[in-house]
Amino acid sequence: MNSYSIFGTALHRLAILCYVVFALFPLFWLLKVSVTPNDLLYSEGVRMWPSRMSFEHFRFVLVHSAFPVFFRNSMIVAGATAVIVTLLASLSGYALSRFTFRGKYWLVALMLLTQMFPLVMLVAPIFKMLSPLGLTNSLTGLVVVYTAFNIPFATFLMQSFFDGIPKELEEAAKIDGATQFMAFRQIILPLTLPGIAATLGFVFTAAWSELLFALMLISGNSAATFPVGLLTFVSKFSVDFGQMMAAGVLALIPACLFFLFIQRYLVQGLTAGAVKG
Amino acid sequence: MASIDIRNVRKNFGIVSVLHGVDLSIKNGEFVVLVGPSGCGKSTLLRMIAGLEEVTEGEIRIDGKRVNERAPKDRDIAMVFQSYALYPHMNVAENMSYGLRIRKAAREKITAAVSNAARKLELQPLLARRPKALSGGQRQRVAMGRAIVRQPKAFLFDEPLSNLDARLREQMRAEIKKLHRDLGATSIYVTHDQIEAMTLADRIVAMHEGVVQQVGSPLELYDRPANLFVAGFIGSPAMNFLSARYEVSGETAGARLPDGTLIALSSAYQLEEGAAVTLGIRPEHVEMSPASEGSLRATVDLIEPTGFGIILHLGLHGLPFNVFTLDRAALTAGPTVTVAFPPQHLHLFDETGKRALESSLQKGKG
Repeated sequence: MNSYSIFGTALHRLAILCYVVFALFPLFWLLKVSVTPNDLLYSEGVRMWPSRMSFEHFRFVLVHSAFPVFFRNSMIVAGATAVIVTLLASLSGYALSRFTFRGKYWLVALMLLTQMFPLVMLVAPIFKMLSPLGLTNSLTGLVVVYTAFNIPFATFLMQSFFDGIPKELEEAAKIDGATQFMAFRQIILPLTLPGIAATLGFVFTAAWSELLFALMLISGNSAATFPVGLLTFVSKFSVDFGQMMAAGVLALIPACLFFLFIQRYLVQGLTAGAVKG
Repeated sequence: MASIDIRNVRKNFGIVSVLHGVDLSIKNGEFVVLVGPSGCGKSTLLRMIAGLEEVTEGEIRIDGKRVNERAPKDRDIAMVFQSYALYPHMNVAENMSYGLRIRKAAREKITAAVSNAARKLELQPLLARRPKALSGGQRQRVAMGRAIVRQPKAFLFDEPLSNLDARLREQMRAEIKKLHRDLGATSIYVTHDQIEAMTLADRIVAMHEGVVQQVGSPLELYDRPANLFVAGFIGSPAMNFLSARYEVSGETAGARLPDGTLIALSSAYQLEEGAAVTLGIRPEHVEMSPASEGSLRATVDLIEPTGFGIILHLGLHGLPFNVFTLDRAALTAGPTVTVAFPPQHLHLFDETGKRALESSLQKGKG
């Protein structure tokens, strides 16, 4: 290795390090504030770590606030949305990838079109539609709305994964004696696990952190999701940063667990060896 | 094992017609090779037999039963793909047994069939491996193993050797031939490689632009090509073509080249005097000789030694013309050589490109 490539590598690593620090610093700050006791929050100035740590904010959030309810609601909404969207998107993505049918072009165009509107524009009409159906102030309503908004993108995502799987694999399965659906379930689906994991993760995080519709469609604590719940730490005269950050740290846990669980499927290269590469 | 009958089969993709009425009967146990340049419709025909493409018009029968409307799974055929198409998430044994497993065969039967096929193809040490841990040749073997495990009515091969390097291709070609000899299974093999076609086939079906050009044994296609396409496609280096006019004078028939040279023919043909014809001669049949009547002078453009023989690229009145010879003296040939065409090796094609029909000399005169 010559000096130029050592220098180049060092520069490259440095750039990555800068980016990682930049991306992770807010998370670090979240953690730092959450373990800083209230009396030190404003008195110590800007410090990287408080002189004294305390978990009182966590205790308060878990025991005395409605946070466990928000947490449970968010789990239900994000989990259900992720599962439903992935299921539907894998079917529709497969259809778009493999079949030619009448109106396919217009269907794709329509799905793209739905992605072009700012969500704010749609809040009022959606509220109007959901209200007579009794779907406001309910988790089901949120799941319906999130599912509708996430399906187009998830479909395109899944389609690209299906496109990456050679058509011959299905044809071989069909000749081996499989029906179209068996070929899909036994051959194609196992190979799409990375795509399914990516879609699940994407939709889960999108639903987990969605605020606008949760705020507009839900009133009161019983059906509030976690992002709405965070706002309860903002009162008219003060913001309880310690508790808010503690709640934030807790909210990170399921997302982290979720990605830990799916990351082994996210690893690419599962299809290697199917056809000559 | 089964016979396959193809009757007036046509295929359109939208407004594009790729097969214009193909008729073909394949006997039980026969090895038939569909050969032709890319885009000639050979793969489409194979995929229609497999059930992967719909038949626009006509009929396909396997073992006498119409299969047009049957799904691939109900046709009891096996197919080996160019890309192998192994299931990446299954190991070799699972890949080979997939067809039997979804047909819910007994476990002992599956184990026996897989180990039997693995023994034939020398795959026993690889049974637990995933496809990505195999070399190209091994993947190809697994793909064949997957086909033979089920003992289907017929084997379809879609350019199975195209992804292998030259050495491995030769080796696998011999293995396929051996396998066919051992199993005696009806096989249809698609390739664009005329050497594969020649070496493997009981019968070759030469196709061009969606039309069958000639059906026959390899040597029939080599010795008596039915038209210019087959003549040019079969054989390597390819046959030389010269335009000429047909002439009969007295006892002899000949072809007059544009420069006035008369090339003697071995028999007369059912052609008009003065008809435009194409004269064909294979590079290996051209004789390099001292100047004599009917011989031609040609300039040497390029000399290609192949080790086994020598290919001379000549210019004959400015047109490219190839000669293949085993005589190493040709290595130092040039700048001009004299070539002669033995009459028994000449092929004559009429204006439409069809092989001219021979007749006796007396008839030809009239």
